[in-house]
Amino acid sequence: MKLRYLWPSALCLSACLVQAQETNEVGQLKQQLQQLQENFERSQREQRQQIEALTKKLDELTKQSTAEAEKKKLEQDLATELQKNQPATPSASASASASASAAAAIAPAWSPAQPLTLARAGSAYMNISFDALMDVGGSTASDPSKFLQLGDHDPIKRGFSLRNAEVVLDGAVDPYFKGFANIVLKLDKNNETGIELEETYFQSTSLPANLQLKAGQFFANFGRQNPQHPHQWAFVDEPLIMSRTFGPEGLRSIGAQMSWLAPTPFYTEAFLGVFDGQGATAFSFRNPGDDVMGTNRFHGRATLDRNLRGPGDLLYVPRVASSFDLSDSQTLVVGASAAFGPNETGAERRTEIYGVDLYWKWKPAHADAGFPFVSWQTEAMYQRFEAGADTLAGLPTEKLRDWGMYSQLLWGFKPRWVAGLRGEYADGNTGADDANDVFRGQRTRISPELTFYPSEFSKIRLQYNYDHGDLFGTEHSIWMQVEFLLGAHGAHKF
Amino acid sequence: MPASSGFTDKKMKNKTLFNRSGVGLLSLGTMGCPRIISVVFGLLLPFLAEAKLTVVATTADLASIAREIGGDHIDITTLGKPTEDPHFVDAKPSFIVKLNHTDVLIEGGAELEIGWLPALLEQSRNQKIASGAPGHVACAQGVQMLEVPTTLDRSHGDIHAAGNPHYVVDPANAKIVGRNIADGFCTADEKSSGVYRANLKKFTDAIDAKMVEWQKKLEPFKGQQVVAYHNSWLYFGNRFNLNIDLFLEPKPGVPPTPTHLAEVITKMKQDKVHVIIVDPYLNRRTAETVAGKTDATVVDVSQFPGGIKGTEGGYIPLMDYLVNAVAKALAAKP
Repeated sequence: MKLRYLWPSALCLSACLVQAQETNEVGQLKQQLQQLQENFERSQREQRQQIEALTKKLDELTKQSTAEAEKKKLEQDLATELQKNQPATPSASASASASASAAAAIAPAWSPAQPLTLARAGSAYMNISFDALMDVGGSTASDPSKFLQLGDHDPIKRGFSLRNAEVVLDGAVDPYFKGFANIVLKLDKNNETGIELEETYFQSTSLPANLQLKAGQFFANFGRQNPQHPHQWAFVDEPLIMSRTFGPEGLRSIGAQMSWLAPTPFYTEAFLGVFDGQGATAFSFRNPGDDVMGTNRFHGRATLDRNLRGPGDLLYVPRVASSFDLSDSQTLVVGASAAFGPNETGAERRTEIYGVDLYWKWKPAHADAGFPFVSWQTEAMYQRFEAGADTLAGLPTEKLRDWGMYSQLLWGFKPRWVAGLRGEYADGNTGADDANDVFRGQRTRISPELTFYPSEFSKIRLQYNYDHGDLFGTEHSIWMQVEFLLGAHGAHKF
Repeated sequence: MPASSGFTDKKMKNKTLFNRSGVGLLSLGTMGCPRIISVVFGLLLPFLAEAKLTVVATTADLASIAREIGGDHIDITTLGKPTEDPHFVDAKPSFIVKLNHTDVLIEGGAELEIGWLPALLEQSRNQKIASGAPGHVACAQGVQMLEVPTTLDRSHGDIHAAGNPHYVVDPANAKIVGRNIADGFCTADEKSSGVYRANLKKFTDAIDAKMVEWQKKLEPFKGQQVVAYHNSWLYFGNRFNLNIDLFLEPKPGVPPTPTHLAEVITKMKQDKVHVIIVDPYLNRRTAETVAGKTDATVVDVSQFPGGIKGTEGGYIPLMDYLVNAVAKALAAKP
């Protein structure tokens, strides 16, 4: 029974063995083939990866260089296009009326003042700022300060000079007053530091009847430029006629001023300043003058050094100004001022100064950062100076009459750039001491300038002066001025 | 004839005084004499009708909201033109006169006007609008200011210590502005406070209703980037979920340079940014140059009603325009 089952099993087994042998061979072959195939594929894959990596790298490299080249080209294209994109020049009417002014030059404030971001009133109790003006340049005159540059903040010598570094403090004193102080440091010819308390005053905020009181040491409100600080000026130097009437420092003194805003539909403001009027900052008034070989002299005369006798010896400065908006884009300000007071060349000698001023500005409705704009500023002045006799110096009693004007046109032709032109003329009647007096005789000056404002807090200005005068002939000067402003500086008036 | 005009002025003043004491006279009248009542009323009524609140707003956006609140109870003057750069408005002397006469001054309160308003205020001689007085409305009060610098450093450009001052283009902030203005009006003119409150509610409701519509219109573009010339659209972007954080100016207030524009263009191409927005006072041609190289669309935008033709109607028409114009440009794939 058992055998019956064994046989087929044995047969089956042998058959299986044979079959297994065959299967083994095929399997090995298959395995080999598979391995070869795998090897082949792997190396293919690896090489492809290598190729891809290299291609990619190559691509990147070429792309980078073309991208860089493209970027360079784009930059160049953009630079030329930006150049083309500058705003169109001001409207024909504006430039026409502007160029109508005979002697032209620039005007001041290129825009309302600085946004303040440092120590500001509000987060501190006052605004604190520091402003420095530095000049560098040259002149055909070996000593430019002798005849040419008579202003105290003008460049005074060839090469470098620093004539105005000011610390300005301002803020609300209390609910009734605002306070302001301006302390100026400057380097003289020997680079010694001089210091002056240029302005220190307080101003009322809450008087009734549209009145405002200002008291302390401050610039008299005469004309347009006199109350402005040098960093607001459109040129590096003080106008000629102002150096003759107000002297190198501008007209400022200790005193008080009342102003009244008239209830007219257009802006009209009247001012009356009363000042001590003694010293060099009230040049044509109680000014003892300069020491000439042991004697103080002014316009050649030995001066008195008198004390105040009464209210008549004070300096009075009245002014009235009005403004009109000629159109949406044009504003005009006109003013008339005077100054009356005694001078020191004789016990009863007096001085009178009269002035008129005009400021016009055009700024279109689509102004970008205050540009473009055109402004025109002109001031004319007349001075009558009663000079006392000085018999020792051989000088008679005489009336010295001086007159002059400046006119300046400014064109903010694109954001941050201002071009300007100023023309000036000053003359007077003939005086006995004119040959020695740098503040007399005929003078003309023409000054083109170009200013670049990197921001509202810095500027770079280039100015050329053509000078002609009775005392010195013709001279040429070129000045560059740079300015920087730190801190929070109060907003400027129009 | 100065003499006669002076006389007229005096007479007018007397009448006004009389008018102010009218209530007292009225009670006297009720005690006995009916004729006095009619006389007093006769005098009183025309003055009541004319007694409008005088208002000065520094910029046109604030003025438009003030108009919504004040209606015909106010007489309003705007100092800055809607088309000019609000940072650089000239401090014209005529503005001194306007400020001298006004009952209420409305200003941004975030230093946008710091370059020109302080000088005007100093000369205005008007205690009603002195800093801190109820007639001096600083609209930013209560607004969550963005980008308030932690350090003050001007080498970063012209930054504002109080934060980015262009906040009115977020309608939620416009509601706060409306509330501040209404508070100012109510203090200055108590008898009409009911009207001002009602108008404020109307304005606020209108904004709320519109807000839904505006957000819906801009919803499809959520997270998309938009290029602006100057960084004045932060609040608008935040409200409507747009990233308006690429600028043609390299730093605030610094004009575009070729190097910076090239970077902007590369970025725009990379991230497929295709909308540039430009305010009316900025150099559109610079934006067009960039758009020409990136197939982008230049969209005229303004923070101020009237800055763009057709938006003179006020704040809501302006926002309508802004939302539609930006949505349209974003929808148009280059």
